[in-house]
Amino acid sequence: MSLTIYAGSMQYAAINLLTSGASLIATALMTLFINIRHIFYAVTMLNEYKDVKAKPYLIFSLTDETFSLVCSPNLPSEIDKKKYFFLVSLFNQIYWVVGSALGSILGNIVPFDTTGIDFAMTALFVVIFTEQWEKAKNHTPAIIGVVCSVVSLLIFGADDFLIPAMISITLVLFASRKWLEGKSDE
Amino acid sequence: MNNLHSFLIVMVVALVTALIRFLPFLLFKSTTPKAVLYLGKVLPPTIMAMLVVYCLKGVSFINAPHGIPEIIAVLLVVLLHKLWHNTLISIAVPTAVYMLLIQLVF
Repeated sequence: MSLTIYAGSMQYAAINLLTSGASLIATALMTLFINIRHIFYAVTMLNEYKDVKAKPYLIFSLTDETFSLVCSPNLPSEIDKKKYFFLVSLFNQIYWVVGSALGSILGNIVPFDTTGIDFAMTALFVVIFTEQWEKAKNHTPAIIGVVCSVVSLLIFGADDFLIPAMISITLVLFASRKWLEGKSDE
Repeated sequence: MNNLHSFLIVMVVALVTALIRFLPFLLFKSTTPKAVLYLGKVLPPTIMAMLVVYCLKGVSFINAPHGIPEIIAVLLVVLLHKLWHNTLISIAVPTAVYMLLIQLVF
């Protein structure tokens, strides 16, 4: 799964699908709803990935974490951006595959309680959010993201808030386009 | 539950996921409309915000421990990162602190 699907939350959900023997249509629909946020990642990287040789692989490997690393690189000028995209995407998947394999083999042997270790993902996103905030001249998009997400969470609950959040974010971004366009250059 | 069905499930998930990622690139192959380019510029901070909320979506402020370990850990991430701008420290230390907090303290 880590090689072909390569999407953490969906892989966890797939476990449920597999154990309950879900129908293929139900599987397709669930995948669509759980992973639909990846469409945002692809839209964001449309321009950046335009002339890169390994484009199909880069698109295939766009996960939450890879996206967060390629969406606002701010690299020193000596580094080739395209090589960075490719290597980050590749290494991320390698680590994911190796991690999944090691986890399944050693999972029962680890001596200490690993409860809470998944906070590392939250920490990563907060780090990137902080860095984006520091570099941004205009904080409005970030604030829009927080407000729309939290409001959607409160209205729709933890299991169903992503799609309303994405829709409301898109609507608000287009509504405020006049104010934001040209101001959000990083 | 037979093996072929399991294999097909995994394949469907992989296919739909890949389709979702490839769709914008297929739709906007030659020229990207200005509206889409605009989205590409303003989306990243909104998505990161959405992802942080997504990671914390299960936290209840009403029931104990009232999200206190999460709040402490997230504040620690921001603080450490502003101090040293070292991604490894900013992730590893708060994660360790969080694990200790929810295992031992709360």
